[in-house]
Amino acid sequence: MFHATRLSLAALLLGATALGAQAEGFMPANPECIAPANPGGGWDFTCRQVGKTLQDQKLIDKTMQVVNLAGGGGGVAFAEVVNKRNADDDLIVAASSATATRLAQGAFPGNTMDQVRWVASVGADYGVIAVAASSPVNTLPELLDMMKADPTSVAVAGGSAVGGWDHLKVLIAADAYGVDDVRKVKYIAFDGGGEAVTQLLAGSVQAFTGDISEAKGFVDSGDIKVLAVLAPERLEGEFGKFPTAKEQGVDAIGANWRGFYAPGGMSDAAYDGWVEKIGALYASDEWKTTMEANGMAPLDLQGAAFEAFVADSVAQIESISREIGIIK
Amino acid sequence: MDTLTSLADGFAIAITWQNLSLALLGCLLGTIMGALPGLGPSNGVAILIPLAFTLGLGATPSLILLTSVYYGAMYGGRISSILLNIPGDEPAMMTCLDGYPMAQKGMAGEALSLSGIASFVGSFLATWGLILLAPQLVKIALLFGPAEYFALFTLAFATLGGVSSTNQAKSAFAAALGLGLAMIGVDTQTGVPRLTFGEVHLYDGIDFLVAIVGLFALSEVFIFLEHRHGESDAAHRKIVIGRLWPPLSMIRQSFGAMLRASGLGFLAGVLPGAGASLGAFLSYSVEKKVSDRNGTFGKGDPRGVAAPEAGNNAAAGGALVPMLALGVPGSGTTAVLLAVLLSLNITPGPLLFTRNPDVVWGLIAALFIANIMLLALNIPMVGLFTRVLMVPPRILMPVVAMVSFVGIYGISGSSFDLLVMVGFGVMGWALRKLDVPLVPIILGTLLGNAMESNMRRAITISDGDWSALVASPLSIALWAIALAGFVLPIVVGKLVKTRMLGARRTEQAEEMDVTD
Repeated sequence: MFHATRLSLAALLLGATALGAQAEGFMPANPECIAPANPGGGWDFTCRQVGKTLQDQKLIDKTMQVVNLAGGGGGVAFAEVVNKRNADDDLIVAASSATATRLAQGAFPGNTMDQVRWVASVGADYGVIAVAASSPVNTLPELLDMMKADPTSVAVAGGSAVGGWDHLKVLIAADAYGVDDVRKVKYIAFDGGGEAVTQLLAGSVQAFTGDISEAKGFVDSGDIKVLAVLAPERLEGEFGKFPTAKEQGVDAIGANWRGFYAPGGMSDAAYDGWVEKIGALYASDEWKTTMEANGMAPLDLQGAAFEAFVADSVAQIESISREIGIIK
Repeated sequence: MDTLTSLADGFAIAITWQNLSLALLGCLLGTIMGALPGLGPSNGVAILIPLAFTLGLGATPSLILLTSVYYGAMYGGRISSILLNIPGDEPAMMTCLDGYPMAQKGMAGEALSLSGIASFVGSFLATWGLILLAPQLVKIALLFGPAEYFALFTLAFATLGGVSSTNQAKSAFAAALGLGLAMIGVDTQTGVPRLTFGEVHLYDGIDFLVAIVGLFALSEVFIFLEHRHGESDAAHRKIVIGRLWPPLSMIRQSFGAMLRASGLGFLAGVLPGAGASLGAFLSYSVEKKVSDRNGTFGKGDPRGVAAPEAGNNAAAGGALVPMLALGVPGSGTTAVLLAVLLSLNITPGPLLFTRNPDVVWGLIAALFIANIMLLALNIPMVGLFTRVLMVPPRILMPVVAMVSFVGIYGISGSSFDLLVMVGFGVMGWALRKLDVPLVPIILGTLLGNAMESNMRRAITISDGDWSALVASPLSIALWAIALAGFVLPIVVGKLVKTRMLGARRTEQAEEMDVTD
């Protein structure tokens, strides 16, 4: 009962068992997903949504327990997995670009990305840079020119802390456009993308940096104007009408990917099983609907390919962070 | 009239046997979770998400279940505040101030049923506010920039003075301690960890639930341990529960308080950066300023129970406004509900009301149903709740300790938090001995971070120009109220005191005349 939390107790008490195990090979006896934050955030959402879809698709035969292990921006969960759950075959942990950012900046003291096994991605949320609908600015270069001329004239709001992913995205764009000292870019950290957008609408700040999913409701209602999507090419669907930064001559890409890692000591059979399951989930129509509804773009990477992607991403963030002086 | 037709449609969606039984289940579970210290509305809702998924419920039934839990927990939080002096969740903190003294005076039954009615009034008015005013209220939320939020939080601290202690210096000390505790963790404006001593568990700061449960619940257990020898339980107190229904005069007396508190609480809920705790706090402190002429607040005044309960339940309804209309959660619980909406493929935001009217109106109808159900459940159950008082402390206290540990471990799954909680328990025990009020500490921890961040955001946006803090009419108005709230009690308080003293002397003199 050591790992039993109220979540699992509730699931147990309420008889949360499903019928019909059909997939052959590895089947986790007690599938568990750690969301390294309090309920309600992105990681929590990833765990719950993936758990629900895995069960709907009969890829697991029991309800996935979602355990919230908050603290240290994911660092507490990472340390817990490395130190105490290193050989657990039933466990996956939600991760995102924020995890890579903190690993790159050494914000998980004593932990590195190769202490765990990276399973697969389940999609990406591309970054956007937006302004209020009433703003005179219409293109990304216009905004960046304003920053170039007078960095104090543009305050950019984002949902992450200084040095976090929302902040880095706008710096990547400014850097790519040739803004001399990106450290002068005025970034205001709010508690989550929703609050940042609200402050954009309230007129407290001039621009917003965040993810498509955070901006979607306001784009639909016409309250904000998306200047650029930080994707390699135009997205499919309704976001296709917005230009990428690249088209406008700013070579900046910022994808907030979502995925999972597993304990470093997980057996190969279990690791392959999870890779296969998340892969099958990703290919399902149900997951496509979920991605579409949440403004998530495709990012289809499993196993070794995903591991290499995370390694690249950590290296890139490390070099930007060093450049702008967040790490020395 | 459009609104009423939509509401009728909503009721048509919500009133099915399945939905009604889900609402009943949600209300029951919510009340229990709210009453248990450590388990609040946000964990309550989070716990039941898997249930909603497992049952394969659609969007509307899931929301009905979860919002019933939410409202239920807001009702339930008051029970342990009144009976045990331990807030069941953070917004119920203010209910302790007069609720527990009422219970000690043998009026536990009245306190519970009156607060049940206050909860009902608060939720009921807030739900109507949500229906009639949601689109307009969103504009109010947009008036609040960082400078205005800073002024609002300052207002809360400025009115803290007389709330919980007669000794202002101790109140100020407690608030400063709370603000200091709020500084722990990674500073979002610079990304630098502060006061964490390299301990990764502290990077996210101190969870105020851990602080509340430690300060209130565990310190109560410690005090009990200390007093265990010497007094025997039976001789210690005669248990008087009081009536299970408050006298009409009491309802009439506190009705004004409920109405004022509902308005204030609702507004605090609507502001995404404020929330239910601030709603309850402001309701209480304003009510005290308005009605406390004889200094009965803090000693078991029914209005001191009615105001914060109406306030925090109204705030719960208010918090749904920015969540539904902006997609911005105003509290932990609405953040969880938002995640549920997203996972049901519903995007909250400005277009939700036109795009998913069935979900919105079904939800609003469910709020009404849950609210009436909760009133119907809570009033007859007052008798049952008060039985808790008959449990001898030597059994009750270990149960409180157990629930605290299980609850806190369940939220974060971290044994470090348990140590922090014990630390807070010891601190709470020491502070109680020194007669330092605990409420300002929690208020400081709860609001300190947001207050600091908003000030620094405002200053960063204005490039270091401090006048930005008083640049809008709204912020000037808030500062004026804050200043008045801080200065007036000092000036007027003296006047009132002397006049009251005078009055009392004449009264005494008259009495003596009579006895003569």
